[in-house]
Amino acid sequence: MSNSVPLTLHVPEPGCRPGDTPDFSGFEVPVAGETRRPDPLTAPEDIRDLAFSIVRVLDDDGEAKGPWAGTFEKEALLDGLRHMMTLRTFDDRMLRAQRQGKTSFYMQHLGEEAVACAFRLALRDGDMHFPTYRQAGLLIAGGYPLTTMMNQIYSNAADPIKGRQMPIFYSAKDHGFFSLSGNLGTQFVQAVGWGMASAISGDTKIAAAWIGDGSTAETDFHSAMVFASTYKAPVILNIVNNQWAISTFQGIARGNATTFAARGHGFGIPAIRVDGNDYLAVHAVARWAAERARSGHGSTLIEHVTYRSGGHSTSDDPSAYRAKEEGHSWPLGDPIERLKAHLISIDAWSDDRHKQAEAEIQDEVRFAQKEAEANGTLISGPAPSPRDMFEDVYAEMPPHLRAQRQEAGF
Amino acid sequence: MAQLTMIEAIQNAHDLAMERDDRVVVYGEDVGYFGGVFRCTAGLQQKYGTSRCFDAPINESGLIGTGIGMAAYGLRPVVEIQFADYMYPAYDQIVSEAARLRHRSAGDFTCPMVIRMPTGGGIYGGQTHSQSPEALFTHVAGLKVVVPSNPQDAKGLLCAAIEDPDPVIILEPKRLYNGPFDGHHDRPVVPWKKHELGEVDDAYYTTEIGKAAIRREGQDVTVLAYGTMVHVALTAAEETEVDAEIIDLRSLIPLDLEMIEASVKKTGRCVVLHEATKTSGFGAELSAQVQEACFYHLEAPIIRVTGWDTPYPHAQEWDYFPGPARVGAALKSVMKED
Ligand SMILES: Cc1ncc(C[n+]2csc(CCOP(=O)(O)OP(=O)(O)O)c2C)c(N)n1
Ligand SMILES: [Mg+2]
Repeated sequence: MSNSVPLTLHVPEPGCRPGDTPDFSGFEVPVAGETRRPDPLTAPEDIRDLAFSIVRVLDDDGEAKGPWAGTFEKEALLDGLRHMMTLRTFDDRMLRAQRQGKTSFYMQHLGEEAVACAFRLALRDGDMHFPTYRQAGLLIAGGYPLTTMMNQIYSNAADPIKGRQMPIFYSAKDHGFFSLSGNLGTQFVQAVGWGMASAISGDTKIAAAWIGDGSTAETDFHSAMVFASTYKAPVILNIVNNQWAISTFQGIARGNATTFAARGHGFGIPAIRVDGNDYLAVHAVARWAAERARSGHGSTLIEHVTYRSGGHSTSDDPSAYRAKEEGHSWPLGDPIERLKAHLISIDAWSDDRHKQAEAEIQDEVRFAQKEAEANGTLISGPAPSPRDMFEDVYAEMPPHLRAQRQEAGF
Repeated sequence: MAQLTMIEAIQNAHDLAMERDDRVVVYGEDVGYFGGVFRCTAGLQQKYGTSRCFDAPINESGLIGTGIGMAAYGLRPVVEIQFADYMYPAYDQIVSEAARLRHRSAGDFTCPMVIRMPTGGGIYGGQTHSQSPEALFTHVAGLKVVVPSNPQDAKGLLCAAIEDPDPVIILEPKRLYNGPFDGHHDRPVVPWKKHELGEVDDAYYTTEIGKAAIRREGQDVTVLAYGTMVHVALTAAEETEVDAEIIDLRSLIPLDLEMIEASVKKTGRCVVLHEATKTSGFGAELSAQVQEACFYHLEAPIIRVTGWDTPYPHAQEWDYFPGPARVGAALKSVMKED
């Protein structure tokens, strides 16, 4: 008897497209506080369960629960809230500036603010992040000037990278922020090299690699995993799973694996999932992973589970490929609202103070914008010199390039 | 006849090719449900199903590697790389595998696949959304490389590429998707809907790969261009009133040397244009070929007008782009008697 049947191609489909009713009932959300917190130095094979759970600290009432709670003083939490609110306001202003034609492009963080903002505070000055374009929270939480960020976005005369890169492709070595590339995945493996360099040099610094769910499909992601595993590199490997890669849902990159975190297991790298909309949980998990890295126990893969509430970029209209209501049904809520509720529940905050803070932040961001615009925007005012285009191609300009610059008249 | 944008013409070519040949499969990043970030594959998944048009993981090496497997099996894969700037992870698969499969197996296995990629600048895309990597492909034996400059050719060349027994790379100048941009970034672009070359035959047709087209006849200087630079050249000729003969190469490999030679022998002068960086660019190849074939007919040195040898900048885009002023100056300079 023959058992050959005509084969068909399996192409994963998201649960919901425009016109459908979003349904996250299949998405398991563990109760806050229930996921265990093993000693950071536990062997990878003894903590495989962490790749299938989700570390959560804040419950629906804003209470901090369980073994991952308590990494923060009240004061620091107020800073955390302010960082996230600043990032959201900053995004709002810059989206508007882009619509007004003052720059060419922008990418926002709506709904994902907790991830980079909380993570940054778990690392030290001197550590290096290899971010994607959706981690401006690292800069804001690290105290990088808003005006300088905007100078870059406007490609103006004060842009530290001289108008060479598209908006938001910042570079800030002094702030532990590696120069951003537009090519997905390439930097994930470079972070591993940075960590290896720290080990080779006998330093105490660690690195953090960042990648989106969609980009984990890139070969460089797997290259990073191999090297991190082989050399036990002191690097934290972050996957930000915001459910979408432009129009492509996360199932296309994940295939039949149950979670992105589980990718770590094949490499013997401990892996853990965290509620990316829970500021406290992200910070606690980042600290745990940093302790492993600093103590010579090597890499940790963290999957931050979150949701991209806005469009992919200013060139994108998500209503063409996902249900409009999907964001509202997202079960992990809004990171700012959740931290705010927590702070209110511990009497550290109030609705009034929140409103006041919103107004202050509006002023601060508006002031920064004014300052930046005095240095020019992409379409008006002072601009980087065309001469700059020829600089830094090499340390020393070779004769052929010098000739071209002359020909260009700059 | 319909008036189509270049995007619509490309979409239409996919559609007709898929309709007449069920071996044609189309995939890439965001290509399936959404129909591509530039919408060149819009509606194909809805019409032909998910096994013939689908979204792929973000892995360019995987895109081309699987395409080679499918092509060798007997399918006709048409793969989109979202931006030419993102093809580098796939370069090994393209150069070491797709290009050589026929030769190394003495025809036992072949690779009839099409790789499409939006290319070129002019959209404030900075260094990762603006590159023109054609020379990285023309330098590789076994690859055909085409660059359409208008909707008519975009459709015909894509259909021809799908029929072609070998791997064909189509570089689609994304600045031309909606209209014949001529480098005057401060003026509105005429939409293809109002342009002669936006008139596209409804039926399936092919445009022969390897044949150039004369876009403007002239007596004094031959301009070799492709993609966006064809339109820049037309404007520069008009503005300088130099009687240039403008050849739209359409296909870089194979190259229509016959047409080039006849034209240069007639005009005695040659200017070569591309957006890509200058050193080791395809212009160097063109310049060498013209010199070899026409040396005794030349009355002036061959000049190249190209992008500078720097990464493609964001803010200084229009200082980088070889626009009509620079092309015009080159036309005038080859015409100078001394
Ligand atoms: C090598 C490469 N391929 C394709 C792209 C185009 N691209 C830019 S962002 C993006 C989606 C990335 O999704 P994900 O990794 O999930 O990150 P997110 O945008 O959700 O933060 C794609 C396909 C690119 N920038 N680089
Ligand atoms: Mg994503």
